[in-house]
Amino acid sequence: MSKYTEDDLREELKTKEYEYGFFTDIESETFPIGLNEDIVRAISKKKNEPEWMTAWRLEAFKVWQAMEEPDWANVNYTKPDFQAIAYYSAPVAVDPNKTLDDVDPDLLAMYKKLGISVDEQKKMNNVAMDIVVDSVSVATTFKKTLAEKGIIFMPISEAIQEHPELVRKYIGTIVPTTDNFYAALNSAVFSDGSFCYIPKGVKCPMELSTYFRINQGGTGQFERTLLVADQGSYVSYLEGCTAPSRDENQLHAAVVELIALDDAEIKYSTVQNWYPGNAEGKGGVYNFVTKRGLCEKNAKISWTQVETGSAVTWKYPSCILKGDNSVGEFYSIAVTNNHQQADTGTKMIHLGKNTRSTIISKGISAGKSQNSYRGLVQINSRADNARNFSQCDSLLMGNDCGAHTFPYIEAKNKTAQIEHEATTSKIGEDQIFYCNQRGIDTEKAIALIVNGFSKEVLNKLPMEFAIEAQKLLEISLEGSVG
Amino acid sequence: MLQIKNLHASVEDKSILKGINLEVKAGEVHAIMGPNGSGKSTLASVIAGKEEYEVTDGTILLEGEDIDELAAEERAHKGVFLSFQYPVEIPGVSVTNFIKTAINETRKSKGLEEMPAKEMLQLIREKAELLEIDRKFLSRSLNEGFSGGEKKRNEIFQMAMLEPKLAILDETDSGLDIDALRIVANGVNKLKSKDNAVIVITHYQRLLDHIVPDFVHVLYNGRIVKSGGKELAHELEEKGYDWIKEEVNA
Repeated sequence: MSKYTEDDLREELKTKEYEYGFFTDIESETFPIGLNEDIVRAISKKKNEPEWMTAWRLEAFKVWQAMEEPDWANVNYTKPDFQAIAYYSAPVAVDPNKTLDDVDPDLLAMYKKLGISVDEQKKMNNVAMDIVVDSVSVATTFKKTLAEKGIIFMPISEAIQEHPELVRKYIGTIVPTTDNFYAALNSAVFSDGSFCYIPKGVKCPMELSTYFRINQGGTGQFERTLLVADQGSYVSYLEGCTAPSRDENQLHAAVVELIALDDAEIKYSTVQNWYPGNAEGKGGVYNFVTKRGLCEKNAKISWTQVETGSAVTWKYPSCILKGDNSVGEFYSIAVTNNHQQADTGTKMIHLGKNTRSTIISKGISAGKSQNSYRGLVQINSRADNARNFSQCDSLLMGNDCGAHTFPYIEAKNKTAQIEHEATTSKIGEDQIFYCNQRGIDTEKAIALIVNGFSKEVLNKLPMEFAIEAQKLLEISLEGSVG
Repeated sequence: MLQIKNLHASVEDKSILKGINLEVKAGEVHAIMGPNGSGKSTLASVIAGKEEYEVTDGTILLEGEDIDELAAEERAHKGVFLSFQYPVEIPGVSVTNFIKTAINETRKSKGLEEMPAKEMLQLIREKAELLEIDRKFLSRSLNEGFSGGEKKRNEIFQMAMLEPKLAILDETDSGLDIDALRIVANGVNKLKSKDNAVIVITHYQRLLDHIVPDFVHVLYNGRIVKSGGKELAHELEEKGYDWIKEEVNA
């Protein structure tokens, strides 16, 4: 790809406001607000789901009703009124057998605004894409190319129809319906998301990508992603998210389940840029997400995330290292500005022998925001020679923000080796003056320092994503210099 | 090049510079010497435009233009360079990336395009050679884990890359062993021309054996109390500063 210099980057940064804050007026079908068994049944019916799926949802709904919203995270917000949300919204012109040509031109115009030209993606980047707007998947590219390798990449609603045996076998095995409040809710009402299956021994030849977009007001988005990498296979998966700017808070409660069978490898990257609310803390997305992966023997799962959006983030992408010699990695950059709050981290559960995990977390706080790392490293009694390395760095900008670290370690095996390093630093006036003296103005200096601070994680992202992420870091922090 | 008239400056309401007068012409090398706490580093910071320092009286003219109202980066764009006594670390930002950003920001301020990558690379190669800098050094994080000598050599490398009109070297000799001192001084000498000027701030004579000044000024208690030729530096080396203090206080 052509070289992208920091100046190009600068050029694109002339707008300081959240640039994805537009609303596209597409005709949508939205369910009435509120949640009860009938709504759950209606969603299932709308999706033409088999009996077992409906029953599964209803079970989850029952579980959810008995649960309470968790409040242990280091965040403060008004709890959503779950009866005031519409649980299904879909652009009407969607036909499950569509090709790109059939897609509503307004939708295509929206993608363009989002910077996604589906055609271009096809040609240039070798990225297969699934796009989810509000509750349904509207376009999946590259299906045919992938099918030749036996790779299944499609909206989960379609997968339930076309590959029920696979979905039924794996869904809810990593994140059970009873796992937590939001996971239970998601299980009851999820309307779409992506499903991906990589057959034995296949290296997926391109990045798979899903783009999530909340468009309608007053709706929640509950997508479900299920990704199965069969023995010896490899896949790199990217996920991006945006939403319009709205005064009210929107709820996003997703579940992502990854299964890496023996010798398989999954790289899962997220750039999360949901609307963070305005500078006074009004509006913004509540992002309550459960992401977890299971590694069988010699398997590897890497989570990489760049979290710049959302008013409140509650998210802990985790790895269950069940198989011997399996590897879990978590690389994270979380940026909070203005009144944003993030409580994010990971869980590494070591069950197998010789399992290894690495955690690199970079938190950047500005404005009046609060940024917490919360992580658990658990070494089971049978996990001989398990190793973990954790590094949590926090960078503070200004005097009104906060950085917090909550590392939990539970080791039940004497052979475990666990290392934890943590640093907190502040962008110093001396650093800024040094840059200024070399002709670099303060905004640019901060971008430079922040990018340097985040480099270890940015390097883990696929190229196109790394550039986007770098841009996002700058946008998120613009105007944060006092 | 640089004209400083009756400059008074303070930090946190503490008066440090108390009426400095200094004229530096293109092609000249001036040395500013003086005991600790006399205001040498403050003078360097004030010329460079550090915000914490408040100019309470007097003017600083660069090529006839009053630069008092200009931000530090604008002064840099006009050709002011400060080699820091204590260069800061910027983790994760390589020497190359940093200097590239500095050059391109300066070019942008003048309405110029970015320097083409090829040209940049060639310039880096040439200047690195001049200062006997190893290639590997250029990919390291700026000043992170650098020895004292590496930090100072890196400062002069940046100076070489930016080709300033006015370079102020603040205690560049501190932390340098004799070989590094020679390399750094050679670098500065090769960069000297009739169109630029250098101000060397130092405690000791030894750097001035390598970078020979046209004028030597003694700063004491916020004022220049004595000026002379290079022989003044020798005298100071021999006799220390006490006789100057006595002269002033008499």
